Amino acid sequence: MALHTEPFILNIGPVHPSTHGVFRIRATLDGEVIVDIEPVFGYLHRGVEKLAEQRTYTGIIPLTDRMDYITSMSNNLAYVLAVEKLAKVKVPERAEYIRVIMAEMQRICNHLVAAGAFINDCGAFFTPFLYMFREREKLMDLFEMVSGQRLTYNYMRVGGVSQDLPAEFLPALRKFLKEMPAHIAEYERLINDNEIFLARSRMIGILPKELAINCGISGPVARASGVKWDLRKADPYGIYDRFEFDIPTGTVGDANDRYTVRIAEMKQSLRIIEQAVEKIPAGPVISDVPKVLHPPVGEAYGHLEGPKGELGFYLVSDGGIAPYRFHVRPPSLINLTALRQMLIGWKIQDAITIFGSIDITMGEVDR
Amino acid sequence: MKLHFGNGLLKGMLVTIKQNLRHPTVTQYPEQRLNTSRRIRGQELVWNKTRCTGCATCAKACHQGAIQIVTATNTENNKYEVETYRVDTGYCIQCGICVEACPYDALFMGARYEKAKYRRAELVENKEQMADSLDRPVSGYFHPERAEKLPVQTLLVEKINEDRSKE
Repeated sequence: MALHTEPFILNIGPVHPSTHGVFRIRATLDGEVIVDIEPVFGYLHRGVEKLAEQRTYTGIIPLTDRMDYITSMSNNLAYVLAVEKLAKVKVPERAEYIRVIMAEMQRICNHLVAAGAFINDCGAFFTPFLYMFREREKLMDLFEMVSGQRLTYNYMRVGGVSQDLPAEFLPALRKFLKEMPAHIAEYERLINDNEIFLARSRMIGILPKELAINCGISGPVARASGVKWDLRKADPYGIYDRFEFDIPTGTVGDANDRYTVRIAEMKQSLRIIEQAVEKIPAGPVISDVPKVLHPPVGEAYGHLEGPKGELGFYLVSDGGIAPYRFHVRPPSLINLTALRQMLIGWKIQDAITIFGSIDITMGEVDR
Repeated sequence: MKLHFGNGLLKGMLVTIKQNLRHPTVTQYPEQRLNTSRRIRGQELVWNKTRCTGCATCAKACHQGAIQIVTATNTENNKYEVETYRVDTGYCIQCGICVEACPYDALFMGARYEKAKYRRAELVENKEQMADSLDRPVSGYFHPERAEKLPVQTLLVEKINEDRSKE
């Protein structure tokens, strides 16, 4: 006699330690296997896009800090690039170099959090996470030194950066650059051939190349699937065309590939920072920009290769002091669109691993 | 890749033992404190009474609407004075844009950071509470000449190596 069974619906989240914020997965299970999922978000919605329409162009910068609070510096930069395109503002040479250094430091910072949290999701309870936070702390010290805060930097300005680097910044950064490769080697030695980690992450949550392209996925997630797409090379913004670096890609597109791509990207970021520190010129850090900006009527889209993917800001100006429309292309949200296809068919135990390997911040998904 | 079961476990344990024998790098917070950044944006604003002309540029620059400023002519000595200068630190997000906007160098970020209050009404600071004085250290945010007077920031990059050399 056949046993009567029916699908079981399980709610993961919204408040769950492994959902990286307030994300809810409504999973339909057949035994242990995921049949269908429905991602539910919006629990952290703060209306950033509407709020921005009432603020001056400078006043929006602190708002972008609070979108993806792990990568504030990149958010600042992406927004400022959009305004500069809109108002046709030139940026001094030194400011361009400072921006590259900050953006790449932020990338390392984000990948340390992403990789640490991912290993945590795989079952290594918080030990490797804290190893990576140790190095992140050193970077946050440096960010604090230039901007005065540890997470909400508010450092980029339209036409440059808010203040010059302090005298003690570059020596401290050189010290960090010197010791960081040894730390990355330490992570690789401890984690990369750990059999439990490999068993949990290899050939799990495969994202095929075609699906990644079709879903518009960018950043390390797309590169792990073998899509060699990096805006720093494909559409160089700022002065990225002057630096030498590689784009690491994965082969299969599984969770382990996404982790290894992030570790490889950290090394490339170190390479870029080293080149920038060598060549940084003296001079002003901000060009002559009026304190209250009135960009001409028009629209602009500024984007950059953020640590999580393509981060874009779309601005429409009506000639006033505040944008008429402010829209964000958040990499976290768009990378999340493939979650359903990535999860279906896998066991419920793998759901958290796969979800963790995408690396999202809910502050940016909901805005 | 060939996997040997238990290898990773041993390697991990070895690192744990090494870590246990290291000199601790922890600081016992309320008693011992590390120096913060010279540009720290602390939880208060410091206002210089003599330099302020009451132009309200800071209030216009503040996108949170936290600064309230009222100016009037004093009937006694017939001088144009700042009557009210009030900051609701509950609204303030410490972005520092008001300090950057001030054209007369009259507004500074404070360097103090432990400013928790029991009541919301206490978060609103008036002229006297914000005045520039010795017990209210000023941060070097946007004022490099002030930054030089502050102690150098403790950096973890340097602190860990210092602590290691003591072993």
